[in-house]
Amino acid sequence: MSRPIMRLFLLFVLLFVVLIAWTSRWTVFEAKALRDNAENKRPLFAALHVKRGAILGDDRSVLARSVKQRNGTYARRYPLGSLFGHPVGYSNLQLQQLSGLERSRNDALSGQTSELDSIVTQLQGKRQAGDNVVTTLDPKAQKVATDALGGRAGSVVALDPRTGAVKVMVSVPGYDPNAVGDPKVFSQLNQDRTGAPLLDRATQGQYPPGSTFKVLTAAAAIDSGRYAPSSTINGNSPRRVSGVDLQNDFNQSFGDITLTQALTQSVNTVFAQVGEKLGRATLTDYMKRFGFYAKPQLDYPGNQMVSSGERDPRTGGLLLPTSSQVDLGRMAIGQDKLAVTPLQMAEVVAAVANGGKLMKPHLTDRIVDPDGRTVTTIAPSEQSQAIKPSTAQALNQMMRSVVEEGTGTAVQLPGVSVAGKTGTAQKGAQGSNITQPWFVAFAPADNPQIAIAVTVEKSAGGFGGTVAAPIARQVLLSLLHP
Amino acid sequence: MSARTRELLGLIPASLLVTAGFAAVFIQRGSLSNGSLTYGAIFLGLCIGAHVFLRVALPYADPYLFPLVAVLACFGLVMIYRIDTTLARQQAQWFVVGLLLFVATIVFLRDYRKLEQYRYVIAATSIVLLVLPRLPGIGAQVNGAYLGVRIPGVFIFQPTEFAKIGIVVFLASYLRDTRQVLVTGARRVLGVTIPPIKHFGPLLVVWGITMLLLVVIRDLGSSLMFYGAFLALLYVATSRLSFVVIGLLLFGLGAWYLGTHVPHVHDRVDVWLDPFNAKRYPNIGYQIANSLFAQADGGLFGRGFGEAILKTPGGDALVSAPQTDLIYSVITNELGLVGAAGVLMTYLLIVQRGFKVALLARDSFSTLLAIGLSSVFALQVFVIVGGVTNVIPLTGVTLPFVSYGGSSILANFVLLALLLLVSDRARRPDARVAR
Repeated sequence: MSRPIMRLFLLFVLLFVVLIAWTSRWTVFEAKALRDNAENKRPLFAALHVKRGAILGDDRSVLARSVKQRNGTYARRYPLGSLFGHPVGYSNLQLQQLSGLERSRNDALSGQTSELDSIVTQLQGKRQAGDNVVTTLDPKAQKVATDALGGRAGSVVALDPRTGAVKVMVSVPGYDPNAVGDPKVFSQLNQDRTGAPLLDRATQGQYPPGSTFKVLTAAAAIDSGRYAPSSTINGNSPRRVSGVDLQNDFNQSFGDITLTQALTQSVNTVFAQVGEKLGRATLTDYMKRFGFYAKPQLDYPGNQMVSSGERDPRTGGLLLPTSSQVDLGRMAIGQDKLAVTPLQMAEVVAAVANGGKLMKPHLTDRIVDPDGRTVTTIAPSEQSQAIKPSTAQALNQMMRSVVEEGTGTAVQLPGVSVAGKTGTAQKGAQGSNITQPWFVAFAPADNPQIAIAVTVEKSAGGFGGTVAAPIARQVLLSLLHP
Repeated sequence: MSARTRELLGLIPASLLVTAGFAAVFIQRGSLSNGSLTYGAIFLGLCIGAHVFLRVALPYADPYLFPLVAVLACFGLVMIYRIDTTLARQQAQWFVVGLLLFVATIVFLRDYRKLEQYRYVIAATSIVLLVLPRLPGIGAQVNGAYLGVRIPGVFIFQPTEFAKIGIVVFLASYLRDTRQVLVTGARRVLGVTIPPIKHFGPLLVVWGITMLLLVVIRDLGSSLMFYGAFLALLYVATSRLSFVVIGLLLFGLGAWYLGTHVPHVHDRVDVWLDPFNAKRYPNIGYQIANSLFAQADGGLFGRGFGEAILKTPGGDALVSAPQTDLIYSVITNELGLVGAAGVLMTYLLIVQRGFKVALLARDSFSTLLAIGLSSVFALQVFVIVGGVTNVIPLTGVTLPFVSYGGSSILANFVLLALLLLVSDRARRPDARVAR
């Protein structure tokens, strides 16, 4: 009987080999697919046991942190509530919902490191923990900006033009990230179409920029060599643009005026002419140089940012100015079908402030491990040289004149020169007095440290200079004189 | 070095393992007391006690079987302790009872060959045991299968664990008688060797009963285990592969019929074919999918003792039945492929020792008994590990000596005692003379 016994034993060896092979299949060969399987809640539950890193303001105040609960898992707390709802976002690991910085910096916050690193950590007897994210955000100025909006729907974005650091990113109405863990609250917020509290207006708002866009038109005009600040252009009103009369504010005629005067007084008819003269290709080129027609290069979730530019009103798709659907003259004054985010307008003035060089915007200053060692520092990096330094210098002077003697006097600060531009986009039906006031600025004009864009949705007859400029003034004050 | 001294030395790694294992679990809980040493010492004491008994009672028995089983038992104890300390205490108690039963078996069955006289009684008792869980009032249904008998206040008795030994004893004894006739009386029909009906009849009855049991207890795993052991014995007894092929075809036929006609079995097969189906996941697919997720989480080296996630943050079971059916998944989760392969190798070594016993045995009954016991043991491991790794549909049998469960511990200690009895007789130097 020994031969069948040997054979039978071989069969059992074979069966055990199959068992080891199948175990290898699940533990090694198909392990990644299994870990990524949507039904597999294990990585999620594991994440709940890891202390997620904190998110801090530039003054080290806590914007988000994790607190250990009795069952051993961690819960996320946002001590400043709705103030940073938008830039910081929320993290609800149990429902797998992440937004804002919580999402874009999730790898660092959740402590996702290589397997080798985690083995080393285990050997050192340390618990795996996420890294802290120190942001560039200034909590005091964020509060000033939020209060200044006073509950009106709108947005404020302030950048350091030299580095691209985002100091303020406000979107009103906001939401309390502490409350979104409740599915009922979340769906309520999500379904509020009119208030849209979950919409980050700073990066997702699609607004006509109005006359603030004239900064870009002027930049293209001077940088292309076709105009100088002293070039004279006829500023009479009305003027036929694309077959329809275009008027200046109050239908005022200015006669022959310089480009500087036209910007100072925000003369529509002048900039419409300039836009038509420059042509579609030139304006397309300059818009792209300032970052239009591409998503902002911000360390923020891609699905929470939109590209700025002309948009087809029916499909919502982007339209290049080279398209015949674009009314070039009206686009040059920030109307037509332009849909622009406040962040994009802040980037435009930041580039002008920084000698024409656009820095990549960023919300993260550095990533620090739980022991306080800096893991990564986000170094300032150039996105593009949008315009020549000489052009930027000329625009600097022109925008100062807007604040000193033009439409933007409301932003004047004691002892600090400010360069700015107002905007009052028309909204709604022709003849309605519903406007979207804007103000873009940078200061100090001779040594720019802050570039800012402010907009308020739907004002009844308000102007950029009267509604948005005072908000910008308060935020600039807070950031320049802390 | 005598066999028993080798056995004693073999127990040292087992004791070190249990001490280290408990230490690891204690460290993970953040309190390294001398509890781990106490557990290790008690365990070592029990093993040495059993060893001293074996030294007196079975001096020539295989020296590796007991230490290998001790390694598994202590490993299981650590694993269960990590899952639930209360269950571990109960398991330790069962371990003591198991050792007592082990001693009793060796004392009362010194001449195990007298079992042959009672083979029909044993066969009948085994079948009754198998049907017991289905009887109204005393049966307990677990996951759709009828595997237990509720003994109020004590535990759920799982008669299949004992029935497997009884059936092996019966088959070994029956085949010893008829193996010659089965071979010599066979005729060749259409190139296939057909055994004589007269002697093959009882075996067909066994097949029928197994199939019937499959319907009665609704458990594919157990029937695979029984039937596999039956075929293994038939093959060793007759050396006729054709018998095995016929047997497999018949089993396949039965399994196919059940798989397509009994809803409970049908579900299991569906889940086996597509374990991640989203529609089945929330109910019948949950167990196997999470078994595989747990193994994936373990990877090559595992998460470490006590680091596997067994419950959801809400306190629901993520790995269902982690201390019994799915203990292999938890082992893989915590010790990785390396640890799991180590456990499987330990089982394979036990099976190898069992086969060695069969080869050394000097009479057919002893050989067949050793083969049957080793095969049923190996098949039980294959059925449960194959189930949780989705090689075959998942069914609820225990992982011998490792899973939590009184019946399993007791029955497997009886199985071990029988193997050691056969082994002692086979290796006794004067046996040839005495016979």
